[in-house]
Amino acid sequence: MNHATAAQVIRRVVAALVLVLSVSTAAFTLARLAPGDETTADVMEGVDAETIARKRERLGLDRPFPVQLAHFTWDLLRLDLGESASYDRPVAALVAERGANTARLAFAALLLATLVGLPLGVVTGAYAGTWVARLLSTVSIAVLACPPLVAVLALLYIAATTGWMSVATGDLLVPSLALGLPVAATLERLQSQATQDAMASPDLLAAAARGIPPLRLVWVHAARQSLRPVLGVYGIVIGSLFSGSMAVEFATSWPGLGRLMLDAVQFSDVRLVAGCVFAGGICLAVGNLVADGLRTLVDPRVRDLV
Amino acid sequence: MRGAAGGLLVAFLLLAATAPWITSNSPERPFDDRAFAPPMRVHVRDAEGWHAPFVYRQQLVHRTRRIYVEDHVARVPLRWLSTGRLVSIDPAAGPLLWCGADALGRDLCARLVYGARLSLGVAVLGASGALLLGALLGGVAGATGGRLDTLIMTVADFVLVLPVVYLVMVLRATRPLVISPAEVFWLMATLFALAAWPDVARGVRAIVATERTRDYAAAARALGAGPWRVITQLLPAAYGFLRIEFVLLIPALLVAESTISFVGFGFEGATPSWGGLLKDSEALTAMYSAPWLLLPAAALFVVVLALQTVAGSRASLGASVVDTTAARR
Repeated sequence: MNHATAAQVIRRVVAALVLVLSVSTAAFTLARLAPGDETTADVMEGVDAETIARKRERLGLDRPFPVQLAHFTWDLLRLDLGESASYDRPVAALVAERGANTARLAFAALLLATLVGLPLGVVTGAYAGTWVARLLSTVSIAVLACPPLVAVLALLYIAATTGWMSVATGDLLVPSLALGLPVAATLERLQSQATQDAMASPDLLAAAARGIPPLRLVWVHAARQSLRPVLGVYGIVIGSLFSGSMAVEFATSWPGLGRLMLDAVQFSDVRLVAGCVFAGGICLAVGNLVADGLRTLVDPRVRDLV
Repeated sequence: MRGAAGGLLVAFLLLAATAPWITSNSPERPFDDRAFAPPMRVHVRDAEGWHAPFVYRQQLVHRTRRIYVEDHVARVPLRWLSTGRLVSIDPAAGPLLWCGADALGRDLCARLVYGARLSLGVAVLGASGALLLGALLGGVAGATGGRLDTLIMTVADFVLVLPVVYLVMVLRATRPLVISPAEVFWLMATLFALAAWPDVARGVRAIVATERTRDYAAAARALGAGPWRVITQLLPAAYGFLRIEFVLLIPALLVAESTISFVGFGFEGATPSWGGLLKDSEALTAMYSAPWLLLPAAALFVVVLALQTVAGSRASLGASVVDTTAARR
């Protein structure tokens, strides 16, 4: 890594940090503007006024909004996300715990998509026109039109009627399939196209003429060439996994960040809302940085030009 | 393939547009004793031989287990184009339920068709807004270059990494719990436009920036065209890109709307969108005993598939990736 690349990486990291901090602050402000606050549920349950007053004081709700915002921002700069009013726990611990669950789900889905999508894409690309390739492509196009929301409901329906899969909360199979299958189809289609392009390129023709065995030609030479366009899409995939996991988490009761965010908004737990947005922003920023890094690694042209 | 997909899309749009005439019942009216009623079957033949299409009256035989049987005593003939509806039956024989009923005994078919209005409407409006913003900002960035270009593209990069679904939820929470569907509609369409423009802008900028170096652009400038006039000369080059991007944005926004409504932050209540309807199907027991509640998911699947087919498979995968990498260079 030379100086220019290092400067570039640092600039990107700083920009991402500024973005995450400003988005979290905006989320805090917006959530504060929303009707109701952390004590609304208590008021409705008929908790006595003195307890509520004490809670409001403890949470700093008795102070004017600019003061609250200043406190929040100062805490945020010290990476202290504060205390969740509805869970009575530090937001950081809560967000880390649930964020890890979402990351586990997303990682499982990405792994599944990679292991299924890439090899199948090489097959359909290299043997395009055969009935196997046609069948796989058709399935893939259909799955591509299944957003995680549709996929998770379809899988839950299959599980409910056949009993093939466990639908118990915490079982990774259904959620990761629902989240991973559409991505697998995306990767399959891209890999297929890239492999076809690679197979048609002159250097592959030359390699074939040199007498390189067909299997090696497909799985080593063509696969290596087709890596670049496929790796380029991983950044977009990470973003889509993140937004798609919301529906999957909701439908399968997966205790992830998306569900936590839903609860936080419903209970007007403002610190928790801001904490979830903070964690989500970090996830997306890291995903983007990793994806750009990958692209730079495999494509020297990007490295030279940034 | 593409023709068939296009025809299917037109059919869906027509259904949504003509909802009050197509549907047999109001989407909001709960029918007594029709909770979780299954879809009705159309018959053309019975023991007496062939007839014009008819249905049998549904009868609830077990209330708690929700068992319905067809009452084979009398045929109920379908009436065409009467009382302002395309198809209807004698109201005395109960409601006509093509796709069954939901937990409150409301006509799922009517709810599906009216839901299409919200779902497709928000997606089309949001995509149009994103296209307009993206073309404008991307065009300005590409045609002027320099500091304005850097500024616009930095903002675009920022918006691209926003956790959009979370922000929509927070923004939705700032409004009172119950707001009118019209307000949800405009709120969501605006947010989608604001969230989706950067992808469009990147592509347009890349195209316009290369067009700017062409002779005709230089000629326009030499003839004294102002910056605005030059942009209007350059933008048509991005027309093909914009067309594909429009077709690709609609399914993306359709899915976004459904997800947000599904988790309870979008259209719900009396007239929900497809995502809002799916909320009813989510319970495993409902899914098992009333699978027709999953029909909105099927509709979503068909529309997304049709749109992807129209856009072309290569375009739907490659376009955004290739163009965004090109735009970064």
